[in-house]
Amino acid sequence: MTLTLERTQNPAVASSIELQGLRKSFRTPAGIVEAVRGVDVVVAPGETLALLGPNGAGKSTTIDLMLGLQRPDGGTTTLFGRPPADAVAQGRIGVMLQSGGLLRELTVRELVTMMAALYPAPIGVDDALALAGATEVAGRRTEKLSGGERQRVRFAISLVGDPELLVLDEPTAGMDVEARRGFWTAARNLAAEGRTILFATHYLEEADNYADRVVLMSRGQVVADGPPTEIKSMVGTRTIRATLPEAPLETLERLPGVTKAERRGEAIVLVCSDSDAAVRALLAGFPAARDIEIEGAGLEDAFLRLTGDDEEENR
Amino acid sequence: MSHVTYARFELVRTFRNRRFMIFSFGFPLVLYFLIAAPNRHETDLGGTGISAPVYFMASLAAFGAMNSVLAIGGRIATERAAGWNRQLRLTPLSTRSYFRVKVLTAYSTAVATIVLLYIAGAVLGVRLEAAHWLGMTALLLVGLVPFAALGILLGLLLTADSIGPAIGGTTALLGLLGGVWFPITSGSLHAIAQALPSYWLVQAAHVGLGGDGWGVTGWLVVIAWSVGAGLLAMRAYRRDTERPSG
Repeated sequence: MTLTLERTQNPAVASSIELQGLRKSFRTPAGIVEAVRGVDVVVAPGETLALLGPNGAGKSTTIDLMLGLQRPDGGTTTLFGRPPADAVAQGRIGVMLQSGGLLRELTVRELVTMMAALYPAPIGVDDALALAGATEVAGRRTEKLSGGERQRVRFAISLVGDPELLVLDEPTAGMDVEARRGFWTAARNLAAEGRTILFATHYLEEADNYADRVVLMSRGQVVADGPPTEIKSMVGTRTIRATLPEAPLETLERLPGVTKAERRGEAIVLVCSDSDAAVRALLAGFPAARDIEIEGAGLEDAFLRLTGDDEEENR
Repeated sequence: MSHVTYARFELVRTFRNRRFMIFSFGFPLVLYFLIAAPNRHETDLGGTGISAPVYFMASLAAFGAMNSVLAIGGRIATERAAGWNRQLRLTPLSTRSYFRVKVLTAYSTAVATIVLLYIAGAVLGVRLEAAHWLGMTALLLVGLVPFAALGILLGLLLTADSIGPAIGGTTALLGLLGGVWFPITSGSLHAIAQALPSYWLVQAAHVGLGGDGWGVTGWLVVIAWSVGAGLLAMRAYRRDTERPSG
């Protein structure tokens, strides 16, 4: 009740998250790795933002810096206009970290009760369990859960404190399709109540379906920031490959939905922005085309293309 | 916000851990009956003027309590291995409360160990005045402070895999040099022993039996170990949030 009032009556705070010029490097046996190289992101209250990028893009490090778990080499983080530690101490943040297990020797309900006790105004333990779809496992010991069940318990823990900001790092890892659907339904409901949600994922589909806004990260930098449709058109390219010996590349390149055509011996490769339109036009214009394959470009390829960074680096 | 609930479940967890129960409660008890029962008519152990059942009851209460308190390290290391320390730092639980609950839990288990050994002693015929029981318990609890700091330090520095042997070795060595198994009264061993907190812990347990307490040296050693291990533990804690691999 009081939390809700605060949420709506605090016009002084214009952002839930504000990251400015964040940088972080690690010393590894292979040399210094620059995990985060100047990240600027501002997230408005109530926004659901996806941090999208391949493994190693710096998403988890960015989240660590954002929450104050690691100190940045440069740049600043504020949550609700203040240092992260303040927001954490006030119990305004709920977090599902990527890796890690649960405390052992407790049942799921006991563990969630234990964590709820740390917050000033938690929601009911049973409500949290129900929201996270963990009611069936409530009586089970935490060490006897499957990967997907563990994720749900972690979700319950992240929301039991009734946080204004939820930070979820690869939340659906280890969940099956049904659990994923349940998870996102719950997350949507939480967002609809006015909470800010930031989640990291390497699935374009999740970012596309569930975020208001997508921040695309690659090699420690933000390479794109915009609504999901925009990001999808940037990275969601497909390629069509077909055996078609005698077709001029210039004509192929002019087909609808094709952005680039290449020849590989007998075969042609078409990079497409709209593969559906392209394959129809191809078949109409070149009935001789055979062995047709349509492939989605992996996110990693798409990122490399976006960053124009084709050189091999030792990462 | 109720840290009582948090502490309660922390305690529940500890008492549900079978391995912990065996080592902290079962082990000292079995040792006590193995060592003290056959010598229960020995009234002047090693020239100390103390009977064997009393001597070993006090020593093993100290040893068992030391084990219980050092086990704090195992719990912290396991939590770190599961990434739970990072999760906790994102809750309103303050650092101070986190350690307060850990120490409280450790002390609860230590008190349980001590009481168990007292009961075992009573079974073998140990009879002391109330003031002696209380005096020795009080000094024991003070003597456990450096072990709490040491346990936290080890828990923050070591991995879940290495903490078991490390704490096992530490307790065995500290127990031996502290005079748990036989009285250390003279020689170079005595000089070494006097620099260890375990020696003073055992001395604390002997206070109620006519021992001469800590004196200035004892207090200084106990304070020095507490402060030293405490400072190192604080430093280790500050560096602990980073993920193992970037």
